[in-house]
Amino acid sequence: MARMKFLCDAERCIECNGCVTACKNENEVPWGVNRRRVVTINDGIVGAEKSISVACMHCSDAPCMAVCPVDCFYRTDEGVVLHDKDLCIGCGYCFYACPFGAPQFPQAGAFGLRGKMDKCTFCAGGPEKDLSKEEFAKYGSNRLAQGKLPACAEMCSTKALLGGDGDVIADIYRQRVLKRGKGSEVWGWGTAYGKPEQRPAPAGAKS
Amino acid sequence: MRPVLLVVAALVAGVGLSACGEREQVIVYKQGKYQGKPDTKPWENDSAANPYPGSKWNKGDQTSWEAAVRTRNLSQNEYTRAE
Repeated sequence: MARMKFLCDAERCIECNGCVTACKNENEVPWGVNRRRVVTINDGIVGAEKSISVACMHCSDAPCMAVCPVDCFYRTDEGVVLHDKDLCIGCGYCFYACPFGAPQFPQAGAFGLRGKMDKCTFCAGGPEKDLSKEEFAKYGSNRLAQGKLPACAEMCSTKALLGGDGDVIADIYRQRVLKRGKGSEVWGWGTAYGKPEQRPAPAGAKS
Repeated sequence: MRPVLLVVAALVAGVGLSACGEREQVIVYKQGKYQGKPDTKPWENDSAANPYPGSKWNKGDQTSWEAAVRTRNLSQNEYTRAE
């Protein structure tokens, strides 16, 4: 299996915030913490408005893992980046390092104290016993342990947000782009039109 | 008298300084753990015992879990359902 990834199709996203709601509901995320959110550019400009759903992208070389002073992060065999809240000290370095603003911090006191970091788990829970009350309380739902995929992607009404094995969702996206004939610029030519392993090397190219 | 005092002083110093040692900061990689952290792998769960029925796979069989998730994954492609 390749790595678990999210892919959001900006041509299809209608900014319904269904993914945000699904995430909140599935994981019972507290008020003030947004594991997923929808970002819209050119809001209100007809023809130019684009929306995209953003959460933790479960980076292959995650900067949050690199900067964490207590090394609370780990990556599973499926490529999901998770963290141990028992080790987290809520310092916020991961928030500064993350290009997507994925790490979230619940307000822990009246003076704006940061609590332990919370972020998208790809609905994969955490280090606690799978499907236990403790795991749900700390990390939310563990859908991968139930053979399911993240709630946000599975309930997306327009199927703009795809989640799962990177190779499989890239294939779905590629087929979609070829059918409609546009939208590849969002994720690149390779993702949309060609499988890298099948692409012939250009003539005269140096290795 | 003096040797006894020296021995006591050495013992006190030894006990007192024992907390000043540095903790091991290198991750110890252990079988069945991710980067030193414990976590159950998804396919080690029993799909039959799942209170929220999802996909079916053989407990402990990574390949069957991946196949189940792949089937679920492909259902996100509405072209395969429409055509």
